[in-house]
Amino acid sequence: MSDFETVAASENQAARRGPSGEPGAPNQVGVPQKPRSLAGDAWRDLRRKPIFWISLALVVLVAAMAAVPGLFTANDPRDCVLARQHAGPSGGAIFGYDFQGCDTYSRAVYGARASLLVGALSALLTGLIALAVGLLAGYFGRWVDAVLSRVIDIVLGIPLLLAAIVLLKRVNSDSSTVRISAVIFVLAVLGWTTAARVVRSSVITAKEQDYVAAARMLGAGDGRIMLRHILPNALAPAIVVLTIALGSFIAAEATLSFLGIGLRAPAISWGIDIDAGRVHMRESATPLLVPSVFLALTVLAFIMLGDAIRDAFDPKLR
Amino acid sequence: MTAPASPTKVRGETILAVEDLVKHFPIRQGVLFQKQVGAVQAVDGVSFELRRGETLGVVGESGCGKSTLARLLMRLETPTAGRATLEGRDLFSASGAELRRLRRNMQMVMQDPYTSLNPRMTVGDIIGEPFEIHPDAAPKGSRQARVRELLDVVGLNPEHINRYPHQFSGGQRQRIGIARALALRPEIIVCDEPVSALDVSIQAQVINLLEKLQDEFGLSYIFIAHDLSVVRHISDRVAVMYLGKIVEIGTEDEIYERATHPYTQALLSAVPVPDPEARDQRIMIRLTGDVPSPADPPSGCNFRTRCWKAQEVCANQEPHAVPRAADPHPSACHFAELRPTP
Amino acid sequence: MSQSAVRPTPASPTPEGGHLLDVRDLHVEFRTGEGVAKVINGVSYHLDPGETLAVLGESGSGKSVTAQAIMGILDTPPAVIRSGEIRYRGRDLLKLPEEQRRQVRGKDIAMIFQDALSALNPVFGVGWQIGETLRQREGMSRADARSRAVELMDLVRIPGAASRIGDYPHQFSGGMRQRVMIAMALAMNPKVLIADEPTTALDVTVQAQIMDLLADLRRDLDMAMILITHDLGVVAGVADRIAVMYAGRIVEHADVHSLYRAPAHPYTKGLLESIPRLDVRGQELSTIKGLPPNLMRIPSGCPFHPRCPYAQQVCVDVVPHDLVLGDGRTSACHFAQEVRDDSAR
Repeated sequence: MSDFETVAASENQAARRGPSGEPGAPNQVGVPQKPRSLAGDAWRDLRRKPIFWISLALVVLVAAMAAVPGLFTANDPRDCVLARQHAGPSGGAIFGYDFQGCDTYSRAVYGARASLLVGALSALLTGLIALAVGLLAGYFGRWVDAVLSRVIDIVLGIPLLLAAIVLLKRVNSDSSTVRISAVIFVLAVLGWTTAARVVRSSVITAKEQDYVAAARMLGAGDGRIMLRHILPNALAPAIVVLTIALGSFIAAEATLSFLGIGLRAPAISWGIDIDAGRVHMRESATPLLVPSVFLALTVLAFIMLGDAIRDAFDPKLR
Repeated sequence: MTAPASPTKVRGETILAVEDLVKHFPIRQGVLFQKQVGAVQAVDGVSFELRRGETLGVVGESGCGKSTLARLLMRLETPTAGRATLEGRDLFSASGAELRRLRRNMQMVMQDPYTSLNPRMTVGDIIGEPFEIHPDAAPKGSRQARVRELLDVVGLNPEHINRYPHQFSGGQRQRIGIARALALRPEIIVCDEPVSALDVSIQAQVINLLEKLQDEFGLSYIFIAHDLSVVRHISDRVAVMYLGKIVEIGTEDEIYERATHPYTQALLSAVPVPDPEARDQRIMIRLTGDVPSPADPPSGCNFRTRCWKAQEVCANQEPHAVPRAADPHPSACHFAELRPTP
Repeated sequence: MSQSAVRPTPASPTPEGGHLLDVRDLHVEFRTGEGVAKVINGVSYHLDPGETLAVLGESGSGKSVTAQAIMGILDTPPAVIRSGEIRYRGRDLLKLPEEQRRQVRGKDIAMIFQDALSALNPVFGVGWQIGETLRQREGMSRADARSRAVELMDLVRIPGAASRIGDYPHQFSGGMRQRVMIAMALAMNPKVLIADEPTTALDVTVQAQIMDLLADLRRDLDMAMILITHDLGVVAGVADRIAVMYAGRIVEHADVHSLYRAPAHPYTKGLLESIPRLDVRGQELSTIKGLPPNLMRIPSGCPFHPRCPYAQQVCVDVVPHDLVLGDGRTSACHFAQEVRDDSAR
């Protein structure tokens, strides 16, 4: 690398700032415009990205399956007839039947509900814990931060799946509601640390901004500063992390169900079906492949969506 | 609301008095068990008075402590030692409601118009926030009108009340910051480098605005800047800082025409003058070396390491900012004398 | 200032009798998602051996982009050089293949920047960085490059050069880092030095030292210098000629003395009247109203007309061409004579 390249690299940033980003260069002169928030700008950015639309379409599709599975299939996933074992496609069963003689496609459609419920609720719970911990640790610093950061480190040190297995082994109830709640609770309790770290660091960044000093000089108290000035500026990165986490929670639920400690039959879940399909893979691979593909696409959709939102909100690109 | 301390506001009376203000930032070492190994002496014994209706300029190079001074006065930092009285009330001992009342009297305009406004709030929310914090400053129904009025006062279109900061240019954002500072009708505004981030053609607009507002509202300014030309233009009195101390303080004329401290003289001689005819006539005092670290300032006079007049006494005895024989304004130099005119 | 008088006379003739560096009718745009920003709109200037040309302008005026185009370090995309020529010793740099272009960069034309800290690599010693070009492009041995680096550090007056050669950029003060960058730029003995806001980030006493150093180096090494700045004070101290830029155009071009005595473009006049001066007391600050234009929507006619006190209908309709005022002065204003006469008064 020559010095000129070093120099060129540093200068490129200036050049990129060039036409519109320079101080004094007004963005809108003489053109009447509606107020635009940062989120509005991010939206304009997102609108142009195909990856955003693709992942959003997938997410909406899965959400619709979860909400009204009847829209996608007329077959009852619990209508299993052993006589149809591993039968080929027929009627509405476009992917044929599994070992139990249940409609593979219909089961995958109905499986979305459990997955999405676990993913969304775990992410929500995670978000609440992460926001509270991150905000307190980042804002108050000192011993509050020291204590909470150690807690984060400790929880982060626990292997998620191992701990989930240990905890869920103790849940003996077969009630679907109990099992789903237990999975959500365990995933949230073990999975909030990454988001908390992100919130903490964006709180620390926001805390150092001049506008926080300005609010303090006006006499604003800690509560107002945290809620009006710091939280809104720390929220965007948290939402991104949580969107991605949502994807991984869905994957984790499938894993736990696959291992037989998450949801259990008669509940319908991709994890349960993948487990069942695995056993009879040699006879027919479709009952394994279909829920696997549904799972993979859903997880991917959430991760891509999170990535796209992160890019749009990234202030470095603004 | 309590009545102001002095019912009749006399122009020229002392409104803010600062005595022996000290701020040392501890330097700590160790990961788990930290111990203090030293201190950055950011502000080290600063005293001055601000009079009603005047502008006190504070100049100095980066690291001289001028911005820390501003943060101390705004109670963003806690002083290590020293006193400050604002209209007879102790600024540093105040807390709670008392502090909130004091804050209404003193506001700040910050340097960076890009970081000093919350990007997620509209201009109306930003300028209206002071009224939310101090509900008695404006009745709820009249706040919107007050915000529009403030926008108008600082030369912005009141119709833009619902816009976000990033829709404005640097100079316009600085006006928003000024409007926010004005909202509570303070008597003192601390301006920390208010124009240094702005383009040349915009600087004059903001300086003129600050001058107009001073006349209109009888404001007193503490105007902190590194640009000596700007400070001369706006200030009635000027304090020159070096390594956490005020080395010289006087009227604009005393500092710019009759400076007796060698640092002030060197600083003034280094300012580029926009006049090519002057380039051969001006004699620049070249300072050698760099500013010493404020964590380890020299003994005695802290300017002695770069001073061409330095003698034994400068290392042993700290000169105080007292009136000198050469000119009767305070100058912290054992050998204070006027610069011979070329 | 130690530099004595103005030095307008060329030190050595250039081939083909032309200028050392000649920028002709340069047009550059930035194509972004939001539209096309016309950053440079027909800039022409030239540089003769041994002289100092100041390019003065505010942010967004295009002063730095022009320099980047000369150096060939524009980011393309988003930047697109629409048309124009950049001739160095008669050769059009824009037509050269990248390989030859790189030969010119550094060896003939070198550049220094405002922010020395980000231009230096934090993980290498400064001596190594100064010597890098010499090792890579001149094929110097490590030992030779090292001793040449010490020479260069001495040249830019870094005290105790030999003992500081292994130090890292963060161990230097702002002024010293700027000197390191200057040493780096001088490594290949360039004929043209482009200094882009070299002292903007520095304190006033250090700024004076660096400007002194640059003036002395320019004279001692017989270079020509393009000084890009927004600071009218710095320009007055060192420049021979000035080109004032606004909205991607050169609006006024003159020798430094006549320009400060009587600016002939309303923008220059406005700038000079709007800066507070250390040597003038109680002056009224006049302002230039409004804001610089958005480069995606440059006003019709003269781009300065919405802010100009002289503006007439013709300014809205017709783009003013450079009006030659004698003594090599030009002003892109329909009322250049009038403005100059007003200023002189």
